[in-house]
Amino acid sequence: MTEKADQLFVLLKDWLVSFLPGNWQGVAGVILGVIGIAAIYPTLFALAVLMERKGLGRMQNRIGPNRVGPFGVLQPIADAIKSLTKEDVVPVNADKTVHFLAPVVLVVVAFMGFAVLPAGRNMVLVDMDASLLFYFAMGASTEVSIFMAGWSSRNKYSLLGAMRAVAQMISYEVPLLLSSVVIVMMTGSLSLVKIVEVQHHYTWGFPHWYILTPWGLAAFVMYAIAATAETNRSPFDLPEGESELVAGYFTEYSGFKFALFFLGEYLGMLSISGLGTTLFLGGWSAPFSFLEWVPSWIWFFSKVMLSITVLIWVRGTLPRLRQDQLMNFAWKFVLPMTLLNLGVAALWRFMGEGWLRWIVCSAILIVVYVVAGRTEMRRKHFGPRSYRYAE
Amino acid sequence: MLGEGILKGLAETAKNFAGSFVSEDRLTTVEYPEQRIPTAEAARVFPFLVYDGTDWEKGLRCVACQICEKECPPKCIYIEKSKDKKPDYVGKMQIYPARFDIDVSVCMSCQICVEVCPFEAIKMDTEFELSTSDRFGGLLFDREQLAKSNEHYHKIHPTEASEVDARLAEEKAKVEAKAKAAAAAAAAKAAAPAASVTAPVKSESTPAAGAPKAAEAAAAKPMAQTTTAAKAADAALNAPAAPSGKPAPASTEPPKTAAPDAGSKTSGE
Amino acid sequence: MSETATDLRFSLARQEGWNRPPVVEPDGEGELLELAMGPHHPSTHGVFRMDVVLDGERVIKLKPVFGYLHRNHEKIAEKTSYLASMPYTDRLDYFCSLTNNWAYALAVEKLSGQEVPERAEYLRVILAELTRVQNHASSIGFLLQEMGASGTPLMYAFREREKVLDLFEGLTGSRMMCNYMRFGGCRVDASAAWLEQARKVVTELPVFVDEFEQFLRSNEILMARSQGMGVLRPELAINAGVTGPMLRASGVNYDIRKVDHYGIYDRFKFRVPLGDHWDIYDRYMVRMLEMRESIGILEQALKEIPGGPVMDPKAKIRGFRPKAGEAYGRIEAPKGELGFYLISDGSPNPYRYRVRPPSLINLTVLEDMCLGHNVADVVLIFGSVDIVLGEVDR
Repeated sequence: MTEKADQLFVLLKDWLVSFLPGNWQGVAGVILGVIGIAAIYPTLFALAVLMERKGLGRMQNRIGPNRVGPFGVLQPIADAIKSLTKEDVVPVNADKTVHFLAPVVLVVVAFMGFAVLPAGRNMVLVDMDASLLFYFAMGASTEVSIFMAGWSSRNKYSLLGAMRAVAQMISYEVPLLLSSVVIVMMTGSLSLVKIVEVQHHYTWGFPHWYILTPWGLAAFVMYAIAATAETNRSPFDLPEGESELVAGYFTEYSGFKFALFFLGEYLGMLSISGLGTTLFLGGWSAPFSFLEWVPSWIWFFSKVMLSITVLIWVRGTLPRLRQDQLMNFAWKFVLPMTLLNLGVAALWRFMGEGWLRWIVCSAILIVVYVVAGRTEMRRKHFGPRSYRYAE
Repeated sequence: MLGEGILKGLAETAKNFAGSFVSEDRLTTVEYPEQRIPTAEAARVFPFLVYDGTDWEKGLRCVACQICEKECPPKCIYIEKSKDKKPDYVGKMQIYPARFDIDVSVCMSCQICVEVCPFEAIKMDTEFELSTSDRFGGLLFDREQLAKSNEHYHKIHPTEASEVDARLAEEKAKVEAKAKAAAAAAAAKAAAPAASVTAPVKSESTPAAGAPKAAEAAAAKPMAQTTTAAKAADAALNAPAAPSGKPAPASTEPPKTAAPDAGSKTSGE
Repeated sequence: MSETATDLRFSLARQEGWNRPPVVEPDGEGELLELAMGPHHPSTHGVFRMDVVLDGERVIKLKPVFGYLHRNHEKIAEKTSYLASMPYTDRLDYFCSLTNNWAYALAVEKLSGQEVPERAEYLRVILAELTRVQNHASSIGFLLQEMGASGTPLMYAFREREKVLDLFEGLTGSRMMCNYMRFGGCRVDASAAWLEQARKVVTELPVFVDEFEQFLRSNEILMARSQGMGVLRPELAINAGVTGPMLRASGVNYDIRKVDHYGIYDRFKFRVPLGDHWDIYDRYMVRMLEMRESIGILEQALKEIPGGPVMDPKAKIRGFRPKAGEAYGRIEAPKGELGFYLISDGSPNPYRYRVRPPSLINLTVLEDMCLGHNVADVVLIFGSVDIVLGEVDR
């Protein structure tokens, strides 16, 4: 029974495909998979948007949207209708083709990333040997569309915003990759399916997720920081900083194109959370062995939505970092830490099984982090201050 | 440690998030228009004219002195005086405003008109849902729209209204006492010559003969008893100062006071 | 005993090089970008425009342009009576209407030589300190909003501000445009129920200030963005006439409540916080600490308030004609030194009515503070000056 629930979508696909002749079945299977992805992830996008607005509202002591539908669940539909019915304003001097293609490119590329994420047991659309590499290639392509958007608008504000966004995203690609490289190193394969399978073992009920190792936890933290910067979320959302340059690179977009940018950003969030789940949180595997009866795809999507919740939480709390501070942070702090992490992971493998390696590796990471943090703050003369009063 | 402050901030936000489901202090939204916060008693929005009793025209306290018009900072009040007079709450004849317009879109709710009014005639209302789509006069309130009863005033500002009523009653009592003293003095003066003036006195053209007239009528009787004179003065005062405010026709008034007077004269001897 | 502001001014005025703003040269390559930030801008605190010339991201020149909210307040005052100008003063710094009222009442009382009863003085102090608390809370909230904290600290600050505004409504009748002070006292008396409610609000305020401070004081991002930015040297501050929390964050000990001893501030124990690094973070912390001091004053005042009348019995409401002369009345408003200069010629209207707006005078040093910084910092520095356009443009 649980087996059936777990393989529900696979069985559904097989059943639908069985109506077709033999040599069409492969293609039909892939097409059905694509339809599935195109249906599920935008629904998750709607859910994420709703969660963001209500969650931010509750954090700010107010109710989020609650007029459209019970508890506001139909709000994303209202937003979609609104953006579809708005006038599409294109500036006169804009480069029309590029202006049109920029959101299209963003959405297409964002969807491509979903093709290689294993959403459940046997539920990956394309099982490549180097699927992680493919994913990063697609992720980096989103920067092209942002630059296209900023350039074609012929607007100083958009240009500034686009330049900043591209600089930020390029700087954070390196820590993103390097923290994932640790996982590749320890698994020995670039295939995401293999990475999840390796994590799907249990010792005394605890899973072998990579986040539960010292180097994995450090890598996860750095991956999270880099992922937040990649998707231009707070505290790294200077390119779309509302209070500074109105809306940055998508100032000149209105109507459906703006909705596509919005969609692309959230899809990027979902896919990078999906990758983080696959790499660090064990993908579709259950947290404890006695919870295996819950279908694997439920675990995957729950973990993805949990990551989205954390992203929303961080957005509601932290102010924005300035451009140069952001890049300083990436190059001078996160990058060296990722390299150190690679070394620590190698040491872990070298030391063999036992409790000693836990202590040594954790100690190295914690000490280096604390010392580096203090030096960083002291160098820039940051720190809490005490104040004097006049006599 | 680097990152500690960020974690503390995250904890604070999480506390607010969780708290918004349990405590009202952390979820301060009031879903207008289904829920409304009651306004404070002292709240002031736009002015209104107070009238006593049930007839707004007769009971209007405003005597068109135009002090509020002069003192209003943005000059949003426009008053035109009437040509005739009507009695006020103590019975004195006063002019009244033939036109009293307040442009509520200009009014800045400063309450200076209320402060300077010597007759407690204009007070501040608390109604703020006055938006209208009529651009050309929807927010220009005339006399009728502005006139609201004393009961309404009691409802919106109970303590203030009670104080005002107490003050007005005090004023009225003072006027009555003065009239009583004047009547007593006049009666004492009239009793001395003991003039044989007949009971029905020529009626005045103005309605609601005020206290002095009734006192004179009473004093014209050959009766020198101060108690009856006082009773007559009281009766004459009570007639025009009744809340219904409708003055009896002039011709019947002195005989009305004379008749019970005659009765009381015989009985109270 | 620390130096007073006057000593500092005279001793430092003779130093070299203090009166020239730092000159920032462009890098030499590329064109300069000219931007107009505002008047339609989410973070310019109203309709305000800044023409900036940028070299890449650095600011080379900055010219503030204002006047979009000019409402002829001073000219209107020449045509209306003294009493009728009082509601117009509410609308100067519309966040802090009660301190505006007090400054004007002080000026007129100086002009006409009126006395204020004791209970009225206590009420004035209570309301002024409540105004200060809610103004500083909102200004810190706005500063953080501009830093990008997507409204969360702003909502917390406004949650507390609502409580204070409810108090104002209970006493004066209106939440923001209070129109409460009169020449010779206050308009109406505060009931015992209102004082109880005020005490309750004041008891809950320290909890909020603690939370607020905790939320953001040790936040590294906040520190990274505000420490070392927008430095205003004390010599420049004194010579530009900057007053208020900005001046005290530049280390100058000048609080008009302590200097002029107006009202009954001598009876309360409170301290004046000073900043040592003269940057945005110091201004934010000085306002936070001043909030705590204000809460202390409130507690003392609410405990000691005596009974009695709230209005000078000899004061005339209508037909008020002060004798000819001039007077300058100033108070420590939450934004700085708010002063009213009145010249009377014996008629019911003033001959000349001049407002010294602290926001405008504090803005004159904006360019000096912003040169060499990034565009993103300009918004923050501008927010730390804490202006209200109603006051700048009158």
